[in-house]
Amino acid sequence: MVDPTPFPIPEAAMTIRDLTVAYQEGRVLEGVDARFAAGAMTAIVGPNGAGKSTLLKASLDLIARRTGEVRVFGAPFANMRQRVAYVPQRAAVDWDFPARAIDVVQMGLYGETGALGRLTGGLRARAADALARVGMADFAKRQIGALSGGQQQRVFLARALAQGADLYVLDEPFAGVDAATETAIVAVLHSLRAEGRSVIAVHHDLATVPAYFDRVLMLNRRVIAEGPVGTAFTQTTLAATYGTALPQKVPA
Amino acid sequence: MGAEFVALSLVPMLVATLAAIACALPGNFLLLRGQSLLGDAISHVVLPGIVVAFLLTGVTTTPAMLAGALAAAGLSVALIEGLRRGAGVEPGAAMGIVFTTMFAAGVVLLEQSGAAGVHLDVEHALYGNLESLIWLQADGWAALGDPAALAALPEELPRMALVTVIVAACIALSWRPLILTSFDEGFARSIGLPVRMLSAGLVALAALAAVAAFSAVGSILVIAMLVCPAAAARLLTTSVGAQVAFSLLFAALSAVIGYILAGYAPLWLGLPAAVSAAGMIAVTAGIILMLAMLGTRPKS
Repeated sequence: MVDPTPFPIPEAAMTIRDLTVAYQEGRVLEGVDARFAAGAMTAIVGPNGAGKSTLLKASLDLIARRTGEVRVFGAPFANMRQRVAYVPQRAAVDWDFPARAIDVVQMGLYGETGALGRLTGGLRARAADALARVGMADFAKRQIGALSGGQQQRVFLARALAQGADLYVLDEPFAGVDAATETAIVAVLHSLRAEGRSVIAVHHDLATVPAYFDRVLMLNRRVIAEGPVGTAFTQTTLAATYGTALPQKVPA
Repeated sequence: MGAEFVALSLVPMLVATLAAIACALPGNFLLLRGQSLLGDAISHVVLPGIVVAFLLTGVTTTPAMLAGALAAAGLSVALIEGLRRGAGVEPGAAMGIVFTTMFAAGVVLLEQSGAAGVHLDVEHALYGNLESLIWLQADGWAALGDPAALAALPEELPRMALVTVIVAACIALSWRPLILTSFDEGFARSIGLPVRMLSAGLVALAALAAVAAFSAVGSILVIAMLVCPAAAARLLTTSVGAQVAFSLLFAALSAVIGYILAGYAPLWLGLPAAVSAAGMIAVTAGIILMLAMLGTRPKS
């Protein structure tokens, strides 16, 4: 079965071949080929409606794809779930749900406990460590509905950390968060990279792409450009990705 | 509280309590998913299933009615899911369409088929027949240890008890996955939980509880118990475990207090007759919900 610990640095954390996704309104993604390097931080960038979230969801089997093949560390995603942590958009869930911060983080341990397994002391400690790593140790017992948007986003990241994955897939982790949270999240993601883990994040703020990320995937229904930020993130590729609606700051 | 209580009131009170608990359990998770209306729909769509089962078999035995009702519930769930996922109809609207159509079909069938003559009528469907669950063979508490008397227990009691145990066991075994999928479906899918199966299973449990409770307590009480205890408990608690525990307490309290009020309050007031037990229980559940709302300050 899957061994979650070692990192033989395979060539790619995730590869996508000929991915097409269609909703009722028409095609959202068309023949997407992409390769996300292992041990690197990759930003997925593109205008609203470019299919960034859809690309993540289709890759992780959350929504159906019309065509396409996805491999995670060289194998189908279904065999590699234990090595992947997915962080949905914060707005995707109801934060009035009756749960404390630590309860949400402990959901990340489901891969270990299953439906009925006991939450051992070691596992509890792992959840507490994950919460501490995002600077939220003091908020463990706080109702999630009483947290700020930035704090809620950190709880989501802590749940991913508790999963102990090798690939972190985040959908807009910086959307609507305060500056302190953004700094904290970037620090955690960079420390993950330093441990040899891989990060893929949908990102909106073009100004911070070079500072935060190693690589970039420019997307607008199809792949416009892909590669290291230095070569793929240029005026030319930006113009091709955004067309006339070029770089405004972060959309609210 | 002697022989008369055991013979006339014990069984209806137990059946009402069990029915309330069986409905309140899945009601908690329907509430957390914003699907409380689904329970409302279920409790109405079972009517055509029951009528069709009667027309096909010619009898009103429990297994036949249960099978018909479950088939109708299954059909309506498939229709709702089909409208929702297939045609992109907003969930509330999808339920509204299916639920009124099925109930209307049930009423038409009832009127046209002559089934109305045999213990199947609209009043019965709404209020149930708690009061008829009398245990004539019991002549006091000793009957609980008397095999002959126990053999004559109204069949609704063991049936409701069995369904309650099944519902509770299913919820207990799928506790963690249910919470996970209710809170964050995308994440639940990503770790490989069978999200769609859990969702359908929860609806099936609510349907089972509703159908089993339906003939004894009627659809009004079923709707009230699917929604009220969980909604009241939600206001007073901050964890799913506490919410479920409080909802069961409220469900049982509503059943017992409501039944006693229905039977005795009119006497205390000097009125000639008792009122519908199922109706009074639903009213009690509503009052508990109101008290819970008054007891909590709105979140700023």
